[in-house]
Amino acid sequence: MDPQSAKFIGAGIAALGIGVAAIGVGNLFGQFLQGALRNPSAADGQFGRLIFGFAVTEALGIFALVVAFLLLFT
Amino acid sequence: MPDPIYQFEVKRLIPLDVFGIDATFTNSALFMVAGVLLSFGLLMYASRGRSLVPSRLQSVAESIYEFVAGMVRDSMGEQGMKFFPLIFTFFMFILTLNMLGMVPGFFTVTSQLWVTAALALMVFVIVIVVGFAKNGLGFLRLFVPEGVPIYVLPLVSLIEVISFFSRPLSHSLRLFANMLAGHITLKVFAGFIIMLLGAGGAASAIAPLPLLAVLGITALEFLVAFLQAYVFTMLTCMYLNDALHPGH
Repeated sequence: MDPQSAKFIGAGIAALGIGVAAIGVGNLFGQFLQGALRNPSAADGQFGRLIFGFAVTEALGIFALVVAFLLLFT
Repeated sequence: MPDPIYQFEVKRLIPLDVFGIDATFTNSALFMVAGVLLSFGLLMYASRGRSLVPSRLQSVAESIYEFVAGMVRDSMGEQGMKFFPLIFTFFMFILTLNMLGMVPGFFTVTSQLWVTAALALMVFVIVIVVGFAKNGLGFLRLFVPEGVPIYVLPLVSLIEVISFFSRPLSHSLRLFANMLAGHITLKVFAGFIIMLLGAGGAASAIAPLPLLAVLGITALEFLVAFLQAYVFTMLTCMYLNDALHPGH
């Protein structure tokens, strides 16, 4: 296979990881809303933890994105 | 299609060589200076009156202060307020640079990996220094969580050590990749408009669609610019909290 096209295919496969991270982030916010609607008075206090979970989950998707960028532009 | 990576090119403005070290003043350095001056000037100008009933600009500065102070108190408790100047500087620096990057044609400093890596390494070193200065060798309790059965403890400790040392990596990559990906997406969608208009005929008729997408993504990018500044500072708070109270 042409190395250039192999690079592009690899970048495409690496980008799939972002979609998997999207499931995680969606799950996170969904579960938060579920909890928040059951007990709205406690929801505001948990905003920091929500964002922390979001940041940690998102980081793994970002790693996949970085792999894709490395394949595309180096 | 125009190259979407071109916007991140660092250009040499004033070549400068200090004893063999390349200290060239680049467009990146220019925007960093601009960001510092902008945030410093805004806060100084806003707090010049210090009236009891704040003016409009003063209440902006006060609400930024209260926002960051609340974040520090929530995550580290009252003794964390010692680190407030540091945290506030990080927040204002990153927020200003992210927002400056949103102006069309401006350079986004936080989309350079070496800038975010320097910030994250700074946090990493501060956490280690503060941790050992505060707790001595007790800081190592961070890697030995309480209430873990002895037979899984080696495995848990190993995972804790790995996660501790991968912090600067994820801390810097998160900010960098978010800003980079957002700006590339904007440029790619803007490129679609030109390509569709260039194709002519029926293709030109749907050119407004990517324009709408660019509008939406721009709004989203403003949210991301704020959110990433918030996330970076909040993770800094959490890491510093580990240094102040290891083993929790």
